[in-house]
Amino acid sequence: MNKAVTLGGEIASTRKFSVEEYLDSITFEEDDFEFDNSEFISRIDADYISRSHWKDALIRFKKNKGAVFSVICILVIILFAVFGPMMSGYTYDQQDINNQNMAPRIPVIENTGFFDGSEKMLSSTGTKLVNKYTKDKIDIFYWFGSDSLGRDIWTRTWIGTRISLFIALIAVFIDMVLGLSYGLISGYFGGRVDMVMQRIVEVVNSIPTLVVVTLLMIILQPGLSSIILSLIITGWIGMSRIARAEMLKLKEEEFVLASRTLGAKSFRIIFKEIFPNIFGQLITQTMFSIPHAIFTEAFLAFIGLGVPQPMASLGSMISDGYKNFTTHPYMIISPLIVMALLMLCFTMFADGLRDALDPKMKEG
Amino acid sequence: MAQYITKRVVMAIVTIFIILLMLFIMLRFMPGSPFNDEKLNDTQIEQLNEKYGLNKPIQVQFFNYVINVMKGDYGVSYSISKDSDISVMLNTRVKVSFRIGGQAVLLGAIIGLLLGIAAALNHNTFADTLCTVISVLGVSLPSYVFGLALAYFVGFKAGWLPLLYDEKQTFLSSVMPTIALCMFTVATVARFTRSEMLEVLGSEYMLLAESKGIYGPKLIYRHALRNALIPILTVLAPLVVDLMIGSLVIEKIFAIPGIGSLMVTAIQSNDYNVTIAIAFIYSAMYIFLMLIVDILYGIIDPRIRLSNKE
Repeated sequence: MNKAVTLGGEIASTRKFSVEEYLDSITFEEDDFEFDNSEFISRIDADYISRSHWKDALIRFKKNKGAVFSVICILVIILFAVFGPMMSGYTYDQQDINNQNMAPRIPVIENTGFFDGSEKMLSSTGTKLVNKYTKDKIDIFYWFGSDSLGRDIWTRTWIGTRISLFIALIAVFIDMVLGLSYGLISGYFGGRVDMVMQRIVEVVNSIPTLVVVTLLMIILQPGLSSIILSLIITGWIGMSRIARAEMLKLKEEEFVLASRTLGAKSFRIIFKEIFPNIFGQLITQTMFSIPHAIFTEAFLAFIGLGVPQPMASLGSMISDGYKNFTTHPYMIISPLIVMALLMLCFTMFADGLRDALDPKMKEG
Repeated sequence: MAQYITKRVVMAIVTIFIILLMLFIMLRFMPGSPFNDEKLNDTQIEQLNEKYGLNKPIQVQFFNYVINVMKGDYGVSYSISKDSDISVMLNTRVKVSFRIGGQAVLLGAIIGLLLGIAAALNHNTFADTLCTVISVLGVSLPSYVFGLALAYFVGFKAGWLPLLYDEKQTFLSSVMPTIALCMFTVATVARFTRSEMLEVLGSEYMLLAESKGIYGPKLIYRHALRNALIPILTVLAPLVVDLMIGSLVIEKIFAIPGIGSLMVTAIQSNDYNVTIAIAFIYSAMYIFLMLIVDILYGIIDPRIRLSNKE
């Protein structure tokens, strides 16, 4: 019973007490042990409106001006993509050989001197302002001008935007279905399953996307379906990695153990217990993959593997307009600006979303 | 450590073989062949098959293909310049592409690092906002937006730099492509450096170093930057891939005689042999870089170095 007890701290460590000695040295006062008075409890404010995680995130998101602006911008672009092609009265493939290379001309605004259908012509003797509309006495309006085949660039721009937005949707689908399930399954089951699945990821990941995509496009006919197929083959890796990492982190948590003890099967644990916990991060990652997918389409179009003519996509319009962008820059400007805006806004939106859903990240 | 490196090297070799197999299968099923557009009788075709070894069993053909690729012999072009050796076509182009790509990586990494450090040290000030704006623009806008803007305003309107690549002014004409290509690198590196530096600056060992009396540049370079740089290594390999993709478009815009523009031409004129050869060069380069980054990461990061010793 005479065990020596060493007390922590620098002073006490020099002396040794036995348990009895120690207990004897303590004398209790009357008010040593008393219930904490209720004063403290009454200080907790119970009169507040509870805020859910999502509401909290929404409030944080609203504070981020750039992110809010980009959401509005995306919505406006979607609106134009839906209604734009019907507004001008032209169809995207309607050619008019008489009205080639017309500069932008917009009613009302033309009176201010901008968008009045005139453009600078460059010749060896200098520049000259030419207005094809007044010269040929044509009283029509090409809001964004017309291209070298006499097609309305306004209509084609918004038709092209539709394709980009459609590609964005496909990217979300690939992330959410393929990448997510691959990562979650690989992370959840671990062991040999994880080993095999991760080796596959490593091999697929070490082949540059560019190579996979171009080779695929050579085998298949260029077109929207081949673009989608190549996105499916290359797009899921980033998401699967994040989903797996999150799964590895969460599957050792107590609430998963509790659920398993209560008899939950793997499917329920993965999708009902763990999935809601990582949902925020997954959404953010999905948003980041959208600009990437839009760019892939534009890039393929630029090197001549895009949607076939006369269908318009932003990438193919940029690729066409590039051929004479020194003489008729307006041909490339509108698709270029819409695409740049789309990619910028989706990136800023994703940034804002990440900051809002994961407040820890905001410091970084 | 040796085990770690061996594992990585084996993995890289396996991947290269898988890619070679893929390319070989593609070559076999491609409509183009060295003699598909000539009027040949059966004996001539047989002779040609004999000459190119196409009558041998498929595994022997694959073996020969691998040997040839390893020797740098990618066969002949079918349509761009008929029957000329692809390795000869690539010879001068590779140098041009590598020079511009190398310039872009270097310039991008240096500017990105400086921007990131400046932003982290002046957290929540104007420099920080500027860095964020640049990195958001650089990350989200594709390189050809910058390329076209530069070409139009600097090359065409102002006429300061040659609009198209000029063999006589190799450096001057590589300035605009380099800037256009490096924007993404600048943005990514700046972004990463900033967040890593902020994390390191707030850590406890920085407090310890400071309380030991280390201050000024020595504190930043010896203690903060060194630790912040480790994760930046990981983004370098993917960055090179983005450079490759960018180079396809940029080389086309500025008419640079590099492998990127050759690949675009090859794709557009259905010259499969050339396309596949360049695809292989790109993949091999990427795998090689990934390998180097992985090994460097293992050497620099004590956590990986030590965990593999056990």
